Amino acid sequence: MEQTPGTGGPRAADPGRPPLIAPGYTSATVTDKISAVVLRGTPRWWFAAFGAAFLLVMLLLGTLGHLFLKGVGIYGVNIPVGWGWDITNFVWWIGIGHAGTLISAILLLLRQEWRNSINRFAEAMTLFAVACASLYPVVHLGRPWVLYWLFPYPSTMGVWPQFRSPLVWDVFAVSTYATISLLFWFIGLIPDLATLRDRAKSRFAQIVYGMLAMGWRGSARHWHNYESAYLMLAGLATPLVVSVHSVVSFDFAVGIIPGWHSTIFPPYFVAGAIYSGFAMVLTLAIPLRAIFGLKDFITDRHLQNMAKVMLATGLIVAYGYLIEIFMAWYGDNRFDVYMSLNRMFGPYAFQFWSLIACNVVAPQALWIKRLRRSPVFLFVIAIIVNVGMWLERYVIIVTSLHRDFLPSSWGMYSGTVWDYSTFVGSIGLFLALMFLFIRFLPMISIFEMRTILPEARVEEARK
Amino acid sequence: MTRPRTVRLYGQMAEFASPHDLLAAAGAARSAGYRRLDAFTPFPIERLSETLGHRPSRVPMLVLIGGIIGALAGYGLQYWVSAVAYPLNIGGRPYNSWPAFIPITFELTILIAGIFTVFGMLVLNGLPTPYHPVFNVPHFALASRDRYFLCIESKDPKFDPASTRVFLEGLSPSGVFDVEY
Repeated sequence: MEQTPGTGGPRAADPGRPPLIAPGYTSATVTDKISAVVLRGTPRWWFAAFGAAFLLVMLLLGTLGHLFLKGVGIYGVNIPVGWGWDITNFVWWIGIGHAGTLISAILLLLRQEWRNSINRFAEAMTLFAVACASLYPVVHLGRPWVLYWLFPYPSTMGVWPQFRSPLVWDVFAVSTYATISLLFWFIGLIPDLATLRDRAKSRFAQIVYGMLAMGWRGSARHWHNYESAYLMLAGLATPLVVSVHSVVSFDFAVGIIPGWHSTIFPPYFVAGAIYSGFAMVLTLAIPLRAIFGLKDFITDRHLQNMAKVMLATGLIVAYGYLIEIFMAWYGDNRFDVYMSLNRMFGPYAFQFWSLIACNVVAPQALWIKRLRRSPVFLFVIAIIVNVGMWLERYVIIVTSLHRDFLPSSWGMYSGTVWDYSTFVGSIGLFLALMFLFIRFLPMISIFEMRTILPEARVEEARK
Repeated sequence: MTRPRTVRLYGQMAEFASPHDLLAAAGAARSAGYRRLDAFTPFPIERLSETLGHRPSRVPMLVLIGGIIGALAGYGLQYWVSAVAYPLNIGGRPYNSWPAFIPITFELTILIAGIFTVFGMLVLNGLPTPYHPVFNVPHFALASRDRYFLCIESKDPKFDPASTRVFLEGLSPSGVFDVEY
């Protein structure tokens, strides 16, 4: 490999752009500043924040306990709307995960060095979002204790999964995604775990970080294989991330229900996933950098870049909405036409127009540079987009199912209190994992930050 | 307590304050005829591995092997289940309905290639290695912060404790250390 990811792109040296890292930092100060967040002890607010998230995890466990006792009847789902909040939440969470992989893999391959300060916690976000997402189809199975029937194994019953079903594809896509995300995150952590091992003062921390670092010593041989593996993994994760949400969209698109049966679903779901994922990265990054004083590393330029990605993907999503309506009219299929009109003016019109307001109208403010520069404003927009993307999945699932071909089988759907508590509980699970992560692991990749420092520019100094 | 001078050496190590000095020193050590060299740095440095004369990484080959195994296993599993072990006749459609088997074949290709990448990297690097002589140098903890080390191993045919030390000191390092087993 000729070049190191993260070092020496012409863009980084461009004097016209604000730097990716505030001036005056050295390898030593970057290391100390990021590792201090982990090593200096637990701030008091952390206990309060983690405690609150932990209570929500208890709510989730209580809800799931009730679910396992009573069955899926406690949720609002019934015929004709057999998928409700559960699958909405599944798609929402898995979409959020996609930004982490996009930042860590695709932006690495595109040599976008600004990713170096946000990739670590974005990857953690991916992992935790996928954990929350995979909960939903499992608890929604009706008989979650026979979850292993989803996997091909030589059973005494002699039956095998139906490999022509998108639901089985989904099992493979999501479990591969979870595994690869975990591996990518972990190998990214190894050099930083070695740093923590060497910096930790307490014997216990030295041993724990030492075991996790597995004896990493930063040898040139190690780095050589490491970088090769990191790039290869990025190359593998890039098509994977596109495939995962495509497969999720096949769950719908392969069905014959009007509003689902559409070839635009895969690209439009992938764009929506990246859109909601970047919204979640902003939702997390803006408070984190303020609380931990990391504005020198996660600069306003980072936030602006993320805002631009959000704007671009938001426009793709808006195009998806338009084309769906256009194709319903152009295809001249009365069921598709009815589905579109029902979405816009039927009983779920409020949810539809709210989604348009959140996902299409609100982000247009990001065209204005002054607003893009305001972290508070970006935070608000990010929250709105998170809400909008949730509504999008809700509208796609519920409005398509509740009125299909035969008026005799029409019905209405709304979530129950157990739907709400599962959702809130899964947010609690996500936050609890996130709080544990920022407490015990470096939330910014230390070694990748070192590579964007001026002192690391070996090649340029030689010229 | 002072150690006897007869202690076995893993090698000798010079510490540098910048990656530029390390690269220059690595080049000098190669030209001086040393072959068993390694460097330790807080982040990957371009061309360091080539300067030290290390072979190209074998990770990409492992990724390819993993990917091929994954693809064959993925398709093979689906073919065997759908056409041999548990054939279901649905409207007379073919048992080997290959377009429907692409997504899982793809996912398993990525999965097995990814597992080969990560574990292959760890195996090629000999990790986990709980003990390594270089950790005996107290200053070495800084290799994960902001210091750059060049190590000439005692296995090198040209290694000699006295002359190698003189050579390393001639590279203007900020320190030269014996690496003991």
